[in-house]
Amino acid sequence: MSLLLDILSGLCLAAGSLLCITGGIGLLRLPDFFCRLHAASINETLGTPLILLGLVLQTGFELTSAKLILIALFILATNPTATHAMSRAALHAGEKPVGDGHAQEESSSKP
Amino acid sequence: MLLAALLAIFVSMMLILVRAFAGPSVCDRVLAVNMFGTKTVLIIAVGGHALGWTSYVDVALLYAMLNFVGTIAVLRFFESTLQEPPA
Amino acid sequence: MLLTLLLAVALAAIRLRDLLGVVMLFSIYSLLTAAVFMDLDAVDVAFTEAAVGAGVSTILLLASLRLVGRHEKPHRHNPLLPLLVVGVTGAALIYGMSDAPLLGDPGAPAQLHVAPEYLEQAPEATGVPNVVTAVLASYRGYDTLGETVVVFTAGLAVLLLIGVGAAAPRADFGSPGDRMVQRHVVKSLVPYVLLFALYVQFHGDFGAGGGFQAGVIFAAGLVLYDMAFGQSPTRQVIPARHLLRLGALGVLIYGGVGFYSLLSGKAYLDYSALAPDPVHGQHLGILLVELGVGLAVFSVIMLIYLAFSSRRVQQ
Repeated sequence: MSLLLDILSGLCLAAGSLLCITGGIGLLRLPDFFCRLHAASINETLGTPLILLGLVLQTGFELTSAKLILIALFILATNPTATHAMSRAALHAGEKPVGDGHAQEESSSKP
Repeated sequence: MLLAALLAIFVSMMLILVRAFAGPSVCDRVLAVNMFGTKTVLIIAVGGHALGWTSYVDVALLYAMLNFVGTIAVLRFFESTLQEPPA
Repeated sequence: MLLTLLLAVALAAIRLRDLLGVVMLFSIYSLLTAAVFMDLDAVDVAFTEAAVGAGVSTILLLASLRLVGRHEKPHRHNPLLPLLVVGVTGAALIYGMSDAPLLGDPGAPAQLHVAPEYLEQAPEATGVPNVVTAVLASYRGYDTLGETVVVFTAGLAVLLLIGVGAAAPRADFGSPGDRMVQRHVVKSLVPYVLLFALYVQFHGDFGAGGGFQAGVIFAAGLVLYDMAFGQSPTRQVIPARHLLRLGALGVLIYGGVGFYSLLSGKAYLDYSALAPDPVHGQHLGILLVELGVGLAVFSVIMLIYLAFSSRRVQQ
């Protein structure tokens, strides 16, 4: 049983870390703010609860793991809200998505 | 495995910092700071568990909340100044 | 490793001219400092640093940036003289510190005489397992009283200089439907943030926490409410005229506990006068004192935030 928990926890940690790195790479390589927002936010909203779940499986049934689950739930609720707010703010601020008929030189007109 | 996760989170923090320094617009920097905050929550949680810190979960929960409040605060401020032409 | 990151962030913050970006970088800086403190096993300090530096400080700086403008004006002075002054002062400080014991040196006087006594005696003498809270509230109670009064004075100064004013309706960009997602999420999250603040306040005896952190988290929860719903609903929840009274009540509780000890014939802030059993007295005293600190910190932060965000931007 504990071997199964160890394997599951290792899988969750591995998957979560992979998602985190993918999000970081996407943040650097993608051409436009909205693309980066999409990549970063999705990877992070799934990766963080996965890593925390991996920690919970290792810790067992304690107060610490209950708090870790609380953190995971909080991130699941607030990260999409923050993403929505950021995208709406960027839209109001005049960021145009790439491929909308505008060239990629929109980045040169930003301060 | 925990150490590998710690390393992975640290690598992604580096990548995010590069975007925070070099983001051409402020939107990019706000996104980078928000992501950096979530990665900090992860580092405190995983690092605390691996290195045996005391009471690390409270700090992680606190920081998850404050990250959200800070991002919403920046965006409220951001909206009301980017409608005018930049000084 | 963390210190290198800290240096890099500090250099980037100096070079940047856009003050909004600078505030963001400062928030990352506070975060890294909190991580350094966690690494040094100082959990309460890391807690406070994360709460104050990365949370409330960023929000207050943003509220003031809204009033003064986003871009740094170009310098008109020659930077050579300030550089000289800073260099000389820094060199003098480093020279003066060269005689001080290294961090964590087991032969330092603080480690030999004071620290072992606190670490051994605090849990039994005060009934509080968390030594940091015991030292903060009982062994060094005068210092904490001074800090609380300083925080309260800051709130007074802001009130005298700026004033809280009436609730100025901030222009809400976009349609009312814009805020719908934020409002629903925030409405369901704020109670839990406030609950966490109360948990931190009363759990400070056993784990990391205490009055300062709890006051900051409570204020952050109400600031979140203000962000999503605007100032008028927030002022209905907490009218501004009550805030200063709450802060004064906090300081009064702290000083009052000391006076009660005086009136009972013992020294000022000697908590063993509060109950027949000295240990229970110490525990009760620490609880009351932390409550006073939490009230004072919360009310002053809310006051400063409301004062900044209610001023109209000068066109």
